[in-house]
Amino acid sequence: MTSEYAIVSRGLSKHFGNLKAVSELDLKVPRGQIYGFLGPNGSGKSTTIRMLCGLLTPTEGSATVLDTEIPGSARLLKPRIGYMTQKFSLFGDMTVMENLQFIGEIYSFPKSGRKERIRELLAKYDLFDQRKQLAGTMSGGQKQRLALACAVLHRPELLLLDEPTSAVDPQSRRDFWANLFRLAEGGTTIMVSTHYMDEAERCHRLAILDRGVKVADGTPQELQAGTGMHIIEVTADDPYHAQEALDEGDVVASVTQLGMRLRVLIPQQVEDPVGVVTRLLDGHGVQADVRETTASLEDVFVAVTMGTVGHAK
Amino acid sequence: MKSLSRLLAITKKEVRQLLRDRLTFGMIVGIPVIQMLLFGYAINTDVRNLRTAVSDQANTHLSQQFIAELRETQVVDIVEFVSTPAALEEHLRIGEISVGVVIPADFDRRVIDPERPAVHLLVDGSDPTISNVAIQLRNMPIAFDTRAAKRRSNNIEVRPSYNPERRTPVNIIPGLMGVILTLTMMLFTAVAIVRERERGNLELLINTPVSSAELMIGKVIPYVVIGMIQLALILIVGDVLFQVPMRGSVLDLYLASGAFIAANLSLGLVISTVAKTQFQAMQMTFFVLMPSILLSGFVFPFDGMPPVAQYLGEILPVTHYIRLTRGIMLRDAALIELYPELIALGIFTLLAMTGAALRFTKRLD
Repeated sequence: MTSEYAIVSRGLSKHFGNLKAVSELDLKVPRGQIYGFLGPNGSGKSTTIRMLCGLLTPTEGSATVLDTEIPGSARLLKPRIGYMTQKFSLFGDMTVMENLQFIGEIYSFPKSGRKERIRELLAKYDLFDQRKQLAGTMSGGQKQRLALACAVLHRPELLLLDEPTSAVDPQSRRDFWANLFRLAEGGTTIMVSTHYMDEAERCHRLAILDRGVKVADGTPQELQAGTGMHIIEVTADDPYHAQEALDEGDVVASVTQLGMRLRVLIPQQVEDPVGVVTRLLDGHGVQADVRETTASLEDVFVAVTMGTVGHAK
Repeated sequence: MKSLSRLLAITKKEVRQLLRDRLTFGMIVGIPVIQMLLFGYAINTDVRNLRTAVSDQANTHLSQQFIAELRETQVVDIVEFVSTPAALEEHLRIGEISVGVVIPADFDRRVIDPERPAVHLLVDGSDPTISNVAIQLRNMPIAFDTRAAKRRSNNIEVRPSYNPERRTPVNIIPGLMGVILTLTMMLFTAVAIVRERERGNLELLINTPVSSAELMIGKVIPYVVIGMIQLALILIVGDVLFQVPMRGSVLDLYLASGAFIAANLSLGLVISTVAKTQFQAMQMTFFVLMPSILLSGFVFPFDGMPPVAQYLGEILPVTHYIRLTRGIMLRDAALIELYPELIALGIFTLLAMTGAALRFTKRLD
């Protein structure tokens, strides 16, 4: 019997000495979707991914990955998952072709179809011209495409990607995401960790992690609707003074500057937030345009990690 | 079947990387040949031409005859004559000479007096080999006069059975084989695995279906072959340049070497599970290499060491291997006659392999 979820984790925790890298994580990742893992560095994203593929043993809790119990049967899982490490981990002193062949052999990909599969991947990930180049001499984007090609060669049901786009330019990132969507359409479940907001926004669902704790999860739309905050955008000629003025307000939860604009978060229960902000600015003689707007994922992130990351005033 | 093909995939990859890494490949051939040339020619316990100064206070016909005889031994090379014994000591201290010869003014009379030494030798005792050799000079007969004491006859005749000409390379090279194989086998294995950990390759590999055993055995196989190639190189160079005899069976020697290579590879694997960086792996290798040179009987005679050092020596695989190589190559012993050494190597391999397998897990924590 196959569950509708590729991953279900129950109270998954990992402690390194006194450090609680991941605390009681409950996750449900539906099959065939791209599930994002958003959080700052050190929030436990990599640790979680490593626990889910059996690289690390959870201190507490367990998970069911592709109907296999973790910890315990991780070995059975290896042929069914693909994993892309944060750091490029293929062999730099072997060519693109040799790396792919090696991965094919290691996963015991049927010999009859191996050549064809490799040719297909070279074409799909635009590596055909580089096939005889040493992997170590390629650009960041090319390395990343090779890593993805290697991770999917054996057609895994679940793909775990640990910050796959941290070393590539924006164009390569766009292409990379196009590839991920293609894979998801083909039925592959993808779990991807990132600290880029725009990437998180592209996921079907995402969880926000802060210091090892899941602080929010849902679809990007659900998260944006459920911040519990009014989002006020202030456009001022002198954003520095405007920020000073707003910092004095008791009800202002957070102020973030974006060029000439300020995004101000004010708890939902406060009435007439635009009026509150306008009065604060007027009190300091700051001229500004004030209007309420909808939450971006960045606002969600600020709202849910407030008080712990230091965004709050 | 899948397991074997995965193992071969690892081996194939390892060979491919090795062939591409020209420096390492060069070392495989270079290390044994260079060390053979270096040690084969440089190490010579048959000491000659010690720099010597003489203070001849007698300056008689007899004393000059003595100096001439001293020269003829070729043990000493008289480079200077000085006037006083004090000057000799000065030369000795600053390292200009290794031996100082004092011929007292009453040399002629002392020669015929068995109670009093005729000559004083000042010897640089800071080098044990030099003092040993100089002490041999003591036995040099001083009998220029018919009235002098009758020349002492040698009561014990020594016949060095397997090396009658006492050529040092004959003794050095079978031991050197052990030291070279220890260095290369241990270092290559340890570094090969630690390097993959450093570069992040290991994180990828342990996420594939490949098992720890497949990974370790697959990585080690190329190095077994390399060890055998090095052995052949050493034997050829030893035969061509140093005429080291091969009296026993070559097959026996290869079997013994196989057991020894296995012991070193498993030790290399243990190191690879402990070391986090290649630098640490190298340091640990040298930690084993130094006692392998000094406590194995390669440089210093095993029997001369205190019991504690002997126990330590017995732990090292190279000690047993040197006994095997000397036995097979020089004394024409059969491998089966030397079975205790083989058992020792087997036990070592078994323990080290177990240790490595226990420490190496396919997890990161």
